[in-house]
Amino acid sequence: MFGIKQDFICELPKKYYTLSNYEKGVARWCPGCGDHAVLSAVQRLCREEQLPPEKTVFVSGIGCSSRFPHYMNTYGFHGLHGRAFPVACGVKFRRPDLNVFVITGDGDCCSIGAGAWIHAIRYNMNITTILFDNQIYGMTKKQTSPTSRIGTVSNTHPTGSVLPPVNPLQTSLGMANASFVAQTADWVPGHLFATLKAGYEHPGFAFIKVIMRCSKFMGPLVEEMTTNRDAVSILTHENGIQPDEGTLRAFKNHRAHDPSDINAARELAEDKEVSYLGLFFQDKEAMRYDLYGAHNLGFSPEEKISAVNAQLDKYAV
Amino acid sequence: MKISAIVNQFKANFMEDGNGSLAAASPQTSDRLVLKEHILEIVSDSGEGAQKAGQSFGAVSAKMGNGVWTVEIIPADIQPPPRTKESASGIRIRFGSEKITNAGDEADVLVAFNEIVPYTRIEQNVYREGTIVLIENKWATDESRDIRQSYATAIEDFKSRGFVVYEIPMEEECLRLTPNPKKGKNMWVLGMLSHIYDRDLDKAAAQIEYTFRSKSKAVVDSNLQLLQAGYDWARENLSLRYRIPSIEASQELVVMNGNEALSFGIQAAGIELCSMYPITPATSTSHHLAECIQSSGGIIHQAEDEIAAVGFAIGASYAGKTSVTITSGPGLALKTEFLGLAVMAEVPLVVIDVQRGGPSTGLPTKVEQSDLLAVLYGQPGDSPKVVLAPSTIEECFHFVILARKIAESFRMPVILLSDANLATGVQPFPRPELREEWLSPPVDQSPWKEGVTAYDWDEKTGLSQRPVPGQAGGEYTLTGLAHSSAAKVTYLPEINQKTAALRSRKLATFGRTLKPPRIHGDEEGRLLIVGWGSTRGAIEEAVDRAREQGGRVSSLHLRFLSPMEPGLKDIFRRFDKVMTIEINYSDSPDDPMITPENRRYAQLAWLLRAQTLVDVDCFSNVHGQPLRPGKIFARIQKELNQ
Ligand SMILES: Cc1ncc(C[n+]2csc(CCOP(=O)(O)OP(=O)(O)O)c2C)c(N)n1
Ligand code: SF4
Ligand SMILES: [Mg+2]
Repeated sequence: MFGIKQDFICELPKKYYTLSNYEKGVARWCPGCGDHAVLSAVQRLCREEQLPPEKTVFVSGIGCSSRFPHYMNTYGFHGLHGRAFPVACGVKFRRPDLNVFVITGDGDCCSIGAGAWIHAIRYNMNITTILFDNQIYGMTKKQTSPTSRIGTVSNTHPTGSVLPPVNPLQTSLGMANASFVAQTADWVPGHLFATLKAGYEHPGFAFIKVIMRCSKFMGPLVEEMTTNRDAVSILTHENGIQPDEGTLRAFKNHRAHDPSDINAARELAEDKEVSYLGLFFQDKEAMRYDLYGAHNLGFSPEEKISAVNAQLDKYAV
Repeated sequence: MKISAIVNQFKANFMEDGNGSLAAASPQTSDRLVLKEHILEIVSDSGEGAQKAGQSFGAVSAKMGNGVWTVEIIPADIQPPPRTKESASGIRIRFGSEKITNAGDEADVLVAFNEIVPYTRIEQNVYREGTIVLIENKWATDESRDIRQSYATAIEDFKSRGFVVYEIPMEEECLRLTPNPKKGKNMWVLGMLSHIYDRDLDKAAAQIEYTFRSKSKAVVDSNLQLLQAGYDWARENLSLRYRIPSIEASQELVVMNGNEALSFGIQAAGIELCSMYPITPATSTSHHLAECIQSSGGIIHQAEDEIAAVGFAIGASYAGKTSVTITSGPGLALKTEFLGLAVMAEVPLVVIDVQRGGPSTGLPTKVEQSDLLAVLYGQPGDSPKVVLAPSTIEECFHFVILARKIAESFRMPVILLSDANLATGVQPFPRPELREEWLSPPVDQSPWKEGVTAYDWDEKTGLSQRPVPGQAGGEYTLTGLAHSSAAKVTYLPEINQKTAALRSRKLATFGRTLKPPRIHGDEEGRLLIVGWGSTRGAIEEAVDRAREQGGRVSSLHLRFLSPMEPGLKDIFRRFDKVMTIEINYSDSPDDPMITPENRRYAQLAWLLRAQTLVDVDCFSNVHGQPLRPGKIFARIQKELNQ
């Protein structure tokens, strides 16, 4: 064509991925389960970011939510209860080219996997974590979860649970080297998507807590959460999450919060009356262990052999 | 070489004859008692450097062409009070004209830095009548009456035990050269021993240079002076003069302990990630790796616990970089669930278990071979996997390379069982010639073959190829749930039955590649001893001794424990009796309450009984000590005389 020089021709991606490139099978969650909404949002995110399915890995633990990878047409690792974090970190450590997501439930993450969870925050690898917090054990049929509110009636506490719940936001914000902590809700699709996108784009360990509906076991709570819009407030800031107009209109309570202010973030996380949706804290400069893990990749066989030989020299008789 | 420059320098200062070489200064060997081998122990308070002296002595002996086995005596506490039994820290060096494969029986010579520390070892019966004791004599004139008394009592006691005691003015002599003899006494002792055993002083000096390479020149020089002083003192004052002939090795050798050999094996196998959590006696492998793996393109991850350590390794393996995790008993217990996942989902993985005494925290620094059944059957459900046990330090190196290959070819975890005996034993072996084919291949990122599932099992062998993230078209979700060849979760009875069979079949397929084990001794006879792991040297030495006296005994050593080497039943039939010798617990037939029916056997014996239906007996203990050839010999004699 006239005037178009060779170097102006941009390289188009070989393939454009559509939603169907990320979809696999029919999700077997209960109707009305919040997990469906997150699945759709994640598939949308993959398309929006044009993530090559072969370069994308979803790692999960065990639970209803942890079935998630089976419904993604990417690589997946549906491992052990509570152990998604070490697996995901192991995947990422020597494979910086892979996009890694962790899918975990409140029992999976905050109970059996708590040790691995807080260390994953500290490792701050470039991984997007989605905590499906439905405040109950869904998979094993309604046992108290560490995030269940006091008085939650469950099969292990028929007269109501007695311990105060773990606050995953507070815990994350309290851990050394935390770099991205956000909250959203499965029934606010615009906000959910914007949060996932911000988390994916964050250079480090993005911890996204999604307030989830378990329609099967937590009906009254779901009802309360989804109808009482006054109990929700949207965090706003130019460096925060930018939800769609619809979300901002539907939820009247807004609160300005600078995500670089960790003390303010901690105060918001402790608020028992209001659930804030948005970005609590972000630090793009936090030390990243995945960069350390990938710093000496790609040695040639000759380099490896000569390094080992040099070491052996010291042991030579 | 600058070593010789320094040697020359102190030679000029401390020897009357400044011109002659050090070798020329050493006495004629004709007045020396020629021995086939000797066992030497150096025991001090923790922190006095007995181990350093012994390691140097061992290295020098190896360099001179002697066969050598050294093993450290490690205090159980971190800061034990000095002059207590708990404080005993030291080293045993067995060296001889021929290859040495184990730590041996009672020591011939003991060097003690005080009179208390030997008692730890006396309680373990490692000395005999006639053992020569070279003891620091400064305690005889200590200002404390209690100490003087204690010393005098101990010396009397040593003599009454038949030890031959030499009281040595170690500190007094060192004080001539250094104001702080506690720091340098060990090198003076090394000098003394170098004279007693006619060691090459140039080599000893070179060894000191190497040991203190990160220290200042002043430190190196001071240690070299002490070495020379100890040597000279022994020449003038001691009549003990031995010679242990050696043949300068024709092959290039390396000398290291089993944990270092594992570390080298990991690197020579091209394994790029070791994910671990510190635990004795496995940790020193990680220490060595931490020092050098980055230079060979790998990295170490210290995880938050053993569960995370194995999970991390499995994650990396799943992503194409077959990884290793290193642990010991308690850590192995924590890794159990992930091991089951690696079996079920067919993830290649290398697990190294440097066994120690158990159960629970048990004997952290002591040897035991008691994780065999745990690795085989520790996971709920059927969990076939390959289990290897190196029997020498050299095998610690080569078996890691083998383990990675098996893990990748057979898509399963491979467990390597070492133990505290191999971990701390130091032995020279031929320097391995590293090969490119030992290294793991680069991660395959080519598109996945269309129409091939993630578990496209070959019905005959159970084998399949695995897609690795990055391979377009191979996308699948790995799961620990029962799954079909397309990695789809399924609970169909026939599929679960079939996939279990296929996983088991891989083991059989691998087993078909193995040869029957080599028998040490005659192919038939009265008694066959079966061992595994680190006991090989001691067992074969005891068998040789018994055979020299006409005993019709042979031994075989299993290095593959799952699957086992073939042909065992046929071999066992050719012997009147088969008995395992192991370092783990078994009921003794004459213990109270024990009958032939309820007797609990040693771990390999259980397996062999089940596998061969032969009435395999066992001889085992949990003393936490390496098995001594003398003890095994006595047991063999007892069996043969029955
Ligand atoms: C080691 C282990 N312990 C217990 C279980 C049983 N288990 C499976 S899922 C689950 C709880 C899941 O709850 P949560 O993480 O909140 O996920 P949800 O089902 O609510 O999405 C439990 C206890 C298991 N699979 N493994
Ligand atoms: S039980 Fe609850 S969490 Fe599980 S699928 Fe049903 S609604 Fe969802
Ligand atoms: Mg839950």
